[in-house]
Amino acid sequence: MATKLTARRRRKASPTSESPLVQGLLIALSLLFMGVILLLPLYAVFHEALSKGIGSYFAALLEPDAQSAIRLTLLVAAIAVPLNLIFGLAASWAIAKFEFKGKAFLITLIDLPFSVSPVISGLVYVLLFGAGSVLGPFLKSYGIEVLFALPGIVLATIFVTFPFVARELIPLMQDQGSGDEEAALSLGANGWQTFFRVTLPNIKWGLLYGVLLCNARAMGEFGAVAVVSGKIRGQTTTIPLQVEMLYNEYNATAAFALASLLALLALVTLVLKSALEWRFSAEIAAGNH
Amino acid sequence: MDVRVTNVRKEFDRFPALHDVSLDIHSGELIALLGPSGSGKTTLLRLIAGLEMPTTGRIFFGDTDASEWTVQQRNIGFVFQHYALFRHMTILENVSFGLKVRPRSTRPPAGEIRRRALELLDLVQLSGLEKRYPNQLSGGQRQRVALARALAIEPAVLLLDEPFGALDAQVRRELRKWLREIHDRTGHTTVFVTHDQEEALELSDRLCVMSQGHVEQVGTPDTIYDQPSSPFVFGFIGESSQLPVTLVDGEIRHGNTAIGQSSGPLTAGPARLFFRPHDVDIVEPGAGLTGTVHSSRRVGGTRRVELDLGAGQLAEIDLPFDQAFSQSAAISFRPRRWQLFSAG
Amino acid sequence: MGFTLAYFSLIIMLPLLALAIRSAGLGPMGFWAAATDPRVLGALRVSFVTALIAAAINVVFGTLIAWVLVRYRFPGRRIFDAIIDLPFALPTAVAGIALTAIYAPNGVVGSLFAPLGWRIAYTPAGIVIAMVFIGLPFVVRTIQPILEEVSHEVEEASATLGASRFQTITRVLLPSLTPAILTGFALAFARGVGEYGSIIFIAGNIPFVSEIAPLLIYIRLQEFNYVGATVIATVMLLISFALLFAINLIQAWSRRRYGYGH
Repeated sequence: MATKLTARRRRKASPTSESPLVQGLLIALSLLFMGVILLLPLYAVFHEALSKGIGSYFAALLEPDAQSAIRLTLLVAAIAVPLNLIFGLAASWAIAKFEFKGKAFLITLIDLPFSVSPVISGLVYVLLFGAGSVLGPFLKSYGIEVLFALPGIVLATIFVTFPFVARELIPLMQDQGSGDEEAALSLGANGWQTFFRVTLPNIKWGLLYGVLLCNARAMGEFGAVAVVSGKIRGQTTTIPLQVEMLYNEYNATAAFALASLLALLALVTLVLKSALEWRFSAEIAAGNH
Repeated sequence: MDVRVTNVRKEFDRFPALHDVSLDIHSGELIALLGPSGSGKTTLLRLIAGLEMPTTGRIFFGDTDASEWTVQQRNIGFVFQHYALFRHMTILENVSFGLKVRPRSTRPPAGEIRRRALELLDLVQLSGLEKRYPNQLSGGQRQRVALARALAIEPAVLLLDEPFGALDAQVRRELRKWLREIHDRTGHTTVFVTHDQEEALELSDRLCVMSQGHVEQVGTPDTIYDQPSSPFVFGFIGESSQLPVTLVDGEIRHGNTAIGQSSGPLTAGPARLFFRPHDVDIVEPGAGLTGTVHSSRRVGGTRRVELDLGAGQLAEIDLPFDQAFSQSAAISFRPRRWQLFSAG
Repeated sequence: MGFTLAYFSLIIMLPLLALAIRSAGLGPMGFWAAATDPRVLGALRVSFVTALIAAAINVVFGTLIAWVLVRYRFPGRRIFDAIIDLPFALPTAVAGIALTAIYAPNGVVGSLFAPLGWRIAYTPAGIVIAMVFIGLPFVVRTIQPILEEVSHEVEEASATLGASRFQTITRVLLPSLTPAILTGFALAFARGVGEYGSIIFIAGNIPFVSEIAPLLIYIRLQEFNYVGATVIATVMLLISFALLFAINLIQAWSRRRYGYGH
């Protein structure tokens, strides 16, 4: 009789959870929603990219304009990401270790690019360096083209990606305080030694995490870059812009082929990000996004 | 209401937390579940509440088998160590919650709920704070709100899980006295869990001492303190020393020193002698157990002296604090009251 | 320190200043006239209404998903938890063409609805879909950590007071999540309003019907109508700032009252 009772009690929901049936329904509903909204588009990219066979997939990737778009994207990321890395370090260092006026304001402003439409981010550079501006014609007289050229694309990319590293590091460095650094300095280490031997090891996983997200966004930025690039085929089109142009020319397969590169990048980013989160969750502050 | 726990066993993932526990709780009494952590006292409380279901065994509320009742059906009041107040509700809303969630057929009208909640806030001496949020109260105030909230549903049994555990010593003592007063006024059958023996001895009508998933002893504070039924209880409650002794024809001997006659069932062979530091008489040198002073410290109005009886045996005795003695002086004493337990 | 501020000024402050000067140069009357141009108003309406609908959908499903991910254990939970961030990592243009392929009348999902006479892609419904895609992680990631912190004891307390599981969820758990839900809503909404890349492919971009404000900025720029673009941008920025401000207010209020913010 005891065993019978046990079995009956087991089936009864505990007071702080739902019955298995309800749980199953809610899980199914969530997974269905995530499947349709998140996974289906990912699947669609690869499905469409390979719809005309593997041969035309690689043909699309090897096409000269595609090649130049890939090169440009890598170049832009190679400039923008290190700059934002240095800035992120400097800004979070300044915010975490020093007290100064307007600190709260600075923290708020760092998040600004997240809440501004990417098109507006691009627009401000058009206003700054465009035909009707002061700076644009001035620089042009020295032969420096900003708008519809590499510098504009880089600037716009830096603008939209610059919060990633900084906001990852600020909570981390604030958390750690300056005790370790003070200890190192008191032991006779100089400023650079302290930075490379004490500060950096403490924040390396958070830093990597921020760089990862920054890079993904830098390579994939569309709206801001679209506004400043001028979309000169083979010269100022990054991969996302090339995708758009191909798509609008009804060359969907080629568009999806190029898009699949970015989707792969996204997948790799997610995998690395999750791996970092699982292994070093304690060392990566919860301040992401 | 009487609550009877009969032969209850509880396993968590095959690991037994309670073995065959039985306990009768009398209507209207204030009973403490006392034990070290891991003794199963909180598990027992949660089983009575219906927050856990027993693996085997039954729980009766009055004469009714309540083993299969859900926590909602049991109509118990539960007070958590960390208050568990609803942070987004005012104090008044917290206290009214249990009445507001009742089905329409048994729910009192809104005015009546409010009146009763205010009355309870008055009982717990928090009148005037009904519009505050839990975050705006001190720990002691929060726990009083939690008690008012539990009382609002007119529970069959009031269950408190280390209710004062998160509070500082001063507030603890105040709330302890105050809980006793509330209990005397309302007369709810009350079970509370504590690991603080002082709290349990001072507050409860009866104590249930638990260890390693078993009930060791149930009784009034006096019984538990004066007639512990097991070495565990003797050691756990109050201060005590134990010495290995030998029984020869009912006479208790420590080495060559005779201490007294055994009145219990043990008559021969090795045994363990337990006594409390204040239950000793100082005797002429050599006329009792003799040891050298190992250390001494001031405890309240007395001086507690640790004596080295040789062979690594230590015993604690209380001396008047003004009695002078030197370090490593020899002192002889004889236990006035003791208890014998079989060796092993 | 000096470097930080210099870099910061160059990258953020200078461009914003340019924007402010340009729109100020227009004068209040000119600004008003440009801002109330029917096509501008139409685009703003499309952007804000669709973003509102998408944020509402995301609040419902985002809360549900956060709940399921925090409370339940099922195979693949960690993978789904990681997938939530896909919209952060997937470039918007890629998401845009992929969503269009799915929801076009000949797409996997679109073809299910086409026989019923329902079109998703190239209508405002498509815009909502794209905004749901990009906004979902904001809601989930805002609610998740708060839900993880909710103590079990509070739910048990509610049960001991006689509340059914449903009452505990609706009266105790969800209200304590309200600040996080509101914050997530505001973030998803702000992101939806500003979104460009994933929407322009699926929207159809018909003025007054499915033309969003960021696209109109882009069109104005292509026409070298910098003033027109600046005015729309300024209006959107002002609304975004108001939203940010609202988020801060919600969090301050929640911290003050309940002792926790998001």
